[in-house]
Amino acid sequence: MTQYIIKRILLFIPMLFVISMLVFVLIQLPPGDYLTTVLMRMAESGEEVDQSLIEGLTRQYGLDRPLYRQYLLWISNIVFRGNFGRSFEWGLPVADIIWERLAWTVVLSLGSIVFIWIVSFPIGVYSATHQYSFFDYLVTLFGFLGKATPNFLLALILMWAGWSWFGWTMGGLFSPEYQREAWSWAKFVDLLKHLWVPLVVLGTAGTANLIRILRSNLLDELEKPYVQAARAKGVSEFKLIWKYPVRIAINPFISGIGGVLPELISGAAIVSIVLSLPTTGPVMLNALLSQDMYLAGSFLLMLATLALIGTLISDILLALLDPRIRQGV
Amino acid sequence: MTAETMTVLPAADAAERLDTASQWQLMRWRFLRHKAAVASLFVIAFFYIMAIAVEFVAPYDPNIPNVFYQYAPPMRIRFLHEGRLHRPFTYDYVQSRDPKTLRMVFAEDEERPHPIRFWVKGDSYRFWGLWRGDRHLFGLEDPDARILLLGTDELGRDMLSRVVYGARISLSIGFIGVILSLALGVLLGGVSGYFGGTVDLFIQRMIELLQSLPQIPLWLTLSAALPREWTAIQIYFGITIVISVVAWTEIARVVRGRFLALREEEFVLAARFLGASETRIIFRHLVPSMTSHLIAVLTLRIPEMILAETTLSFIGLGLQAPVVSWGVLLADVQNIRTVASSPWLFSTGVCIIVVVLCFNFTGDGLRDAADPYTH
Repeated sequence: MTQYIIKRILLFIPMLFVISMLVFVLIQLPPGDYLTTVLMRMAESGEEVDQSLIEGLTRQYGLDRPLYRQYLLWISNIVFRGNFGRSFEWGLPVADIIWERLAWTVVLSLGSIVFIWIVSFPIGVYSATHQYSFFDYLVTLFGFLGKATPNFLLALILMWAGWSWFGWTMGGLFSPEYQREAWSWAKFVDLLKHLWVPLVVLGTAGTANLIRILRSNLLDELEKPYVQAARAKGVSEFKLIWKYPVRIAINPFISGIGGVLPELISGAAIVSIVLSLPTTGPVMLNALLSQDMYLAGSFLLMLATLALIGTLISDILLALLDPRIRQGV
Repeated sequence: MTAETMTVLPAADAAERLDTASQWQLMRWRFLRHKAAVASLFVIAFFYIMAIAVEFVAPYDPNIPNVFYQYAPPMRIRFLHEGRLHRPFTYDYVQSRDPKTLRMVFAEDEERPHPIRFWVKGDSYRFWGLWRGDRHLFGLEDPDARILLLGTDELGRDMLSRVVYGARISLSIGFIGVILSLALGVLLGGVSGYFGGTVDLFIQRMIELLQSLPQIPLWLTLSAALPREWTAIQIYFGITIVISVVAWTEIARVVRGRFLALREEEFVLAARFLGASETRIIFRHLVPSMTSHLIAVLTLRIPEMILAETTLSFIGLGLQAPVVSWGVLLADVQNIRTVASSPWLFSTGVCIIVVVLCFNFTGDGLRDAADPYTH
């Protein structure tokens, strides 16, 4: 087991390395380098261009050196000094902007996973054990709709429904009066009141998917001879379903995380923009719109890392759960 | 073969027909049994035909504003005028200002029915940018009245025309994008499956890496890197390329998987023993037996591409305003208060959901049909 985990972690490092290179290439993609953009901005706002600033920036980012040296400088600054560069949009070091927002992205993604689990588990089991019932058809229909509705559209529909039926303004994570308050019970309750909207929006597609998988897995399992044998021996229907078939059918709950997490992180970006949540999404969008590439690149790098970590954790969990995997059978 | 298939066919020669049927015939029968998929295929065909003949189908030019009809609600098609049956017609709007809210309100002018006619003269256009024309599928004869079946937006532009024009951009991006990622996927997946070894390992790791990245931020970054001074058509192709660069991985995996599985099949072995060349084996035996699966996978990819375009354009990193795409149209809906008072602006969203839903159903049907020998 330890060997498996070490192997997976060792594989994780080169992947991170390749991703960082990919992100660096993306940062370099827009025409003109960092310095010309800074100069253009200063000229636009009518600022005096300071020669010493230009030299400082050139030295800091190694702009006069070849590209691979620039990359090494950039990545070693991040890894060893936690220095992501400077955002010219905000006039702040990127590191100051990124961490809190990243934390909210994590909260949102993990929250959605929990939401997906809680909702899809009972529904999946119910619609497998009551196949072709009215509720089963309803769930199937909901599943197809959930898959076909893009996140941002669902968010819009919810906001619209909330506004026109209840007069709610959804969006944000806190009511204005709690925005700047310190953490308290009341603030937490307020957070929960806001949090369910993005969780529902983010979780719907994943829930629809997981219900489908759980349902078909469980149906396959319920047809197997051992279930029939148990039924013939008079085992109660409750025990018959929960003892083994559900336990086997539930594997995708863990293995799915690896695939679902990148999707959630990805979806969270859009949903946050629509619902104006304080996650990475809106800042990243603004950075991209103004081609503030160091900020945008840092976000992309951190989001990708987050997704990779999620995959890693799900692989390890799955190995813990299922001995066939860790022994490479 | 299942008993169900038998009953579909005339009982007497059913067995014989099944025995002699080609693989494509079996697939067609299998697909036709999936009723939702067949119905969905018709809906998709309808949308694509509409997208091809946009200039003719749309009653008006999508970009010409009309100040008299700002945020006008959808009109109803009526059949009864003054209690008597009449050919399909609409009443035009007369507007007045609500004395309390000061909003413009529209009331129907029930004096004059405007019969709906086909093949009417209207706004002139260039079909596909090539041929001049001014005939539209339907419309009103009176040039002063307007038929607004989906209402209008804030500049008084006809929503139906805008949705129809948007269909051309959004649906074609899905289609072209899938062809591009098919090319990438077949090339890389084929190379990977065919050569095996280090090349295979490298390409597989690359695919895994790309699949573990959050897609939308990647799309956003790539499309933000497109030069600002590009023309609409360049941006259009740029976005298509961006979408397919991220989306080819699944196709490559399918191609590789099928390649590996089929390589071991007996008929391939037989062909090899009979002295067939590698090229002949690939194109004569492997590719045809892979096609059905590929078509199914591709069909399920198109809606994802359509959603990608809509998402990108919606948040302003895709296509931009004078271009009409479904994403651009939805960008107008960002203000919830506007939508609450004019919910017909959501019609674009309904179209997206319907098209994506139909693609998913069709794809499911095709996937089942792709393997007609299993149940």
